[in-house]
Amino acid sequence: MSTVKLTVNGKAVSVDVEDRTLLVHLLRENLNLTGTHVGCDTSQCGACVVHVDGRAVKSCTMLAGQAAGSNVTTIEGLAKGDELHPMQAAFRDNHGLQCGYCTPGMIMSAVDIVHRHGGKLDEETVRHELEGNICRCTGYHNIVKAVLDAAGRMKVAQAAE
Amino acid sequence: MGVEGIGARVVRKEDRRFITGQGRYVDDVKMVGMSYAHFIRSPHAHAKVKGINSAEAMKMPGVIAVLTGQQIVDDKVGNLICGWAITSKDGSPMKMGAWPAMAPETVRFVGQAVAVVIAETKNQAKDAAEAVVVDYEELPAAADIKTAIKPGAPQLHPEAPGNIVYDWHLGDEAAVKDAFSKAANVVTLELTNNRLVPNAMEPRAAVAHYDQAEEHYTLYTTSQNPHVARLVLSAFYNIAPEHKLRVIAPDVGGGFGSKIYIYPEEMVALWASKKVGRPVKWTGDRSEAFLTDAHGRDHVSKAEMAFDKDNKILGLRVKTHANFGAYMSLFSSAVPTYLYATLLSGQYVIPAIYAEVIGVYTNTTPVDAYRGAGRPEASYLIERMMETAARQLKVDPAELRKKNFITAFPYQTPVIMAYDIGDFHASIDAAMKAIDYAGFPARKAKAKADGKLRGIGVSCYIEACGIAPSKAVGSLGAGVGLWESAEIRVNPVGTIEVLTGSHSHGQGHETTFCQIIAERLGVPISQVSIVHGDTDKVQFGMGTYGSRSLAVGGTAIVKAMEKVEAKAKKIAAHALEASESDIVIENGEFKVTGTDKSIALPMVALAAYTAHNLPDGMEPGLKETAFYDPTNFTFPAGAYICELEVDPGTGKTSFVNFVAADDFGRLINPMIVEGQVHGGLAQGIGQALLEGAVYDNTGQLVTASFMDYTMPRADDLPSFQLSHTTTLCPGNPLGVKGCGEAGAIGASAAVINAITDAIGNNKLEMPATPDRVWHAIHG
Amino acid sequence: MYETNYHRASSIDDAVAQFAKGTDSKFLSGGQTLLPVMKQRLAAPSDVIDVAKIKDMIGIDVSGDTVTIKAATTHYDVAQSDAVQKAIPALANLASMIGDPAVRHRGTIGGSLANNDPAADYPAAVLALGAVVKTNKRSIAAEDFFKGLFSTALEDGEIITQVSFPVPAKAGYAKFPNPASRFALTGVFVAKTKSGDVRVVATGASQSGVMRVAPIEQALKANWAASALDAVTIPASGLLADIHGSADYRANLVKVMGQRAVTAAG
Ligand SMILES: Cc1cc2nc3c(=O)[nH]c(=O)nc-3n(C[C@H](O)[C@H](O)[C@H](O)COP(=O)(O)OP(=O)(O)OC[C@H]3O[C@@H](n4cnc5c(N)ncnc54)[C@H](O)[C@@H]3O)c2cc1C
Ligand code: FES
Ligand code: FES
Repeated sequence: MSTVKLTVNGKAVSVDVEDRTLLVHLLRENLNLTGTHVGCDTSQCGACVVHVDGRAVKSCTMLAGQAAGSNVTTIEGLAKGDELHPMQAAFRDNHGLQCGYCTPGMIMSAVDIVHRHGGKLDEETVRHELEGNICRCTGYHNIVKAVLDAAGRMKVAQAAE
Repeated sequence: MGVEGIGARVVRKEDRRFITGQGRYVDDVKMVGMSYAHFIRSPHAHAKVKGINSAEAMKMPGVIAVLTGQQIVDDKVGNLICGWAITSKDGSPMKMGAWPAMAPETVRFVGQAVAVVIAETKNQAKDAAEAVVVDYEELPAAADIKTAIKPGAPQLHPEAPGNIVYDWHLGDEAAVKDAFSKAANVVTLELTNNRLVPNAMEPRAAVAHYDQAEEHYTLYTTSQNPHVARLVLSAFYNIAPEHKLRVIAPDVGGGFGSKIYIYPEEMVALWASKKVGRPVKWTGDRSEAFLTDAHGRDHVSKAEMAFDKDNKILGLRVKTHANFGAYMSLFSSAVPTYLYATLLSGQYVIPAIYAEVIGVYTNTTPVDAYRGAGRPEASYLIERMMETAARQLKVDPAELRKKNFITAFPYQTPVIMAYDIGDFHASIDAAMKAIDYAGFPARKAKAKADGKLRGIGVSCYIEACGIAPSKAVGSLGAGVGLWESAEIRVNPVGTIEVLTGSHSHGQGHETTFCQIIAERLGVPISQVSIVHGDTDKVQFGMGTYGSRSLAVGGTAIVKAMEKVEAKAKKIAAHALEASESDIVIENGEFKVTGTDKSIALPMVALAAYTAHNLPDGMEPGLKETAFYDPTNFTFPAGAYICELEVDPGTGKTSFVNFVAADDFGRLINPMIVEGQVHGGLAQGIGQALLEGAVYDNTGQLVTASFMDYTMPRADDLPSFQLSHTTTLCPGNPLGVKGCGEAGAIGASAAVINAITDAIGNNKLEMPATPDRVWHAIHG
Repeated sequence: MYETNYHRASSIDDAVAQFAKGTDSKFLSGGQTLLPVMKQRLAAPSDVIDVAKIKDMIGIDVSGDTVTIKAATTHYDVAQSDAVQKAIPALANLASMIGDPAVRHRGTIGGSLANNDPAADYPAAVLALGAVVKTNKRSIAAEDFFKGLFSTALEDGEIITQVSFPVPAKAGYAKFPNPASRFALTGVFVAKTKSGDVRVVATGASQSGVMRVAPIEQALKANWAASALDAVTIPASGLLADIHGSADYRANLVKVMGQRAVTAAG
């Protein structure tokens, strides 16, 4: 057992967990942040993607201890109060989700993609960059549309800031 | 159409909770005192369980109990059932072996549970599971159809000699023989419909709680049909009578058929929660999903089609072996029979059809309905056949199809189905236009110059949805009726709750169903909420599968609405001192036609509940229920055309274009419909190119994780070009047909037809992996 | 996952010392291989020593004709590095093809090499470029480092600290991903050294891990062009065969990916 201190969605937290605890379990079980999902046990589906120090990572493939001292953002921390993040809004407006299970990981990955590529995104890049996120419902068509749409909105939002 | 009524592309009401991480799935449920279950599963495909020693495990930290298959049998928990009785050719009933929730004596597939550990934490349960010693005596296994039906093959169940569950047939054998004797040309085809793993992204899970004081159970479970689960758990598995069992299916992360069934894990969780006196949670991991979620498809077929000298079809003969895996899952028996052979006429006039289906046990995971269920297998067979025939007869594949299309409706096929309506020419024409079919030869030539092999493939599918008329399915052996129910509650303040038995796990019912209400009453959808997925709230329902929610569930809502409106009109007429027949409903108001007199819905509702001034003899309240039993199936149909390129160096396929022209009848929310088609297409394309469950000859699943089972990813798929041609379904008041499975049904043949066109070799099995395609090109 | 003890090392020496204390320790870098294996309960280290935050193990350095990548540098940082993109674009390109973005954000070159997965990408570059793997104890030439499937010259407790790549005259990498796992079904790295030597390495293909491909090397030595491989045949014997690729298919891929790597190298 160890005490792990980290910042989650802007709040400092300290949790006692077994050393084998994965970040995803710390989030889900200890912090009740159940928006981050688990869809596989081989680190491939991306349902668990969160941001650690600004980069998208699979929280199922990171020990809680590895995240100690880090800044973690989960799907619950993306919106500013009632105001959805442009990526969240774009997923809704483009029907980029059906059952919603892959969605949190998909959105967190997508935000990271736009951060890294800025406005230089095209369909092919988005499809390639979503390699680590599996969705069984949507056939990705509307997810790709949503990411491209959000990339535009985020650029506008940035310009306005 | 109102802004939020029928036909509007309304964004989904349910989305906000999902995009903000507030969805509530079963694994998110926590209960005070909750314990965790971990199953001990057979590593062998076939073995005797000689003994289970849990002494060491019981000493491990946190362990509450280790429960075994023998205990569940001793407690008289029922065996798993198969709900559709099929009768063999010779009149004998299907031959089924027993399937206990945990195996007391014999395991018959890798992953079958023999015992369960209940512990304080999930990790403790897993740790202890390793200390449980199971003594197995390995038996020889039959891991595929061919092995299982050989004389001398290992036998799975004494009840089913030769591993044959049934040998069933449909159609007129003599008429087909006669047709073939007159044929100018006969085309033959052998094909495999590959086994698929459904892989809904949310793994199955269950949280069970037994309340000792009330002798009442609660089960949270990942189910497409909580009411069916409750019925089966109480009527057949003796867990608890229905009034002592509440089943809740909250947000469910995809189903595609795999969450229809009531699995051993749910039964064990309920049973164990009483035994240990604690709530029990089980959450499957992906590896368990691969081994225990019911798989789909897995047919081996031989087909022959007879043509006259004008290339008109004379007859079709099909012999199919269907793999059921080690046990007969809930609806498994119906899938390769009444959901398959009945669709073998496709979109064509085929005067005589004869189909034989042999159901086979193997030492593999049970197989049951997976998106499309039987209809993809039929459609794939027919559409591969039409393409093969066109190549053999040297005619254009689209033309051959058109020549044989059914054009007059209703049309009675020789295999039970009576198609009510359709326009097959309209959909193929739309698809051909969208893809510029005429320009293809030029594009092919250009690709060739660039070193690429380009191909085009057509697939014209038809399916039967809106499952199903209860009387008809009852006469064919179904154990349940397949109607749906709805209850509409207009609250005293005028807000509306719709209680439906159709479960939503991605289909968007919370929006679509509201749109039906909005259309009828002219109220905004924010005033309507949909209640589903809880047996304590909704009285009964048959659930969501077979693209039935709108055609059957939606119609039940319309029927209940009609009753609500009739009563509300009476109340309005009384209040407005007008004649009931003069009342019309507009924008949430009840108006007297031709006057400016009106009363708003909330006032009508309030009047119904205050009951101060109701027409004489009227009961207070405004709440109505309807049960709707469909009169026929619905028949969505369409044409898919796929254009792709094959890299001859690697055998890799890349899409150039994929067009779909579907006829789903009326579209309530086109945005949601398109989403359903996209998802279905992805699964159909996945089957054609990527997915396939592979067992080795000892019955080990080789493709047991995403490392080896190829899930379609974003970069495997194209963007799709969709369009709709519409004939309204005459069988229901909404004119809808269902759209949830079409993509999965029609897509595979289009892809394989295109690849085989590109490479000039018709012999290619699914999944058409680069390796397979490369070999098909280079020998 | 079995219970374990997590330690975060503050320096290379600290990591080595911590490692020695455990009964069955393992270094943990990006964790993109070790953690999945531990989750499957296929590894049960008593202690995991996290090396990913050791300052001396992170960073990229280009000096003269050598690119040095410290062991805990992530695939993402290698792929994005202007210096690597300029000096050995094929290496940056290779790094950008490993796994998916989230894997690249955490996975490291040291972990990849220590693991020596027969379908991993980095080993192909290390062997083809004749890189030198430096540890806390010694420098190991690429030829001597890889010892077949999942095994290397590393001794227990030995830690990779950095990898030095000589800058080649030309280099290219072409990968045909396994459709399911996206590791290399077959990847081929071709390199022409500044002294004119040609080295070609295939990953994902051989039963004994990453391998030099002599027939392609000879053909390219004679003529550095994709077409030079038209007449080459790669024997299928000794190649991997599984549901995703038979041995003869992989043999073909070695050649075809070799051609594409040459084209990419220019
Ligand atoms: C979904 C997914 C897809 C992937 N796809 C690819 C792919 O396409 N191509 C590919 O090449 N790889 C792929 N990988 C593997 C990935 O590249 C890993 O990052 C890499 O193999 C291991 O690096 P790591 O830093 O994560 O090492 P870890 O997992 O931390 O460690 C791996 C092993 O190396 C040891 N080790 C780590 N660092 C050192 C060191 N400095 N000195 C000595 N020993 C050390 C550890 O003890 C352990 O045994 C994939 C992984 C995942 C999860
Ligand atoms: S849960 Fe699948 S990648 Fe993390
Ligand atoms: S929306 Fe269901 S898995 Fe993506």
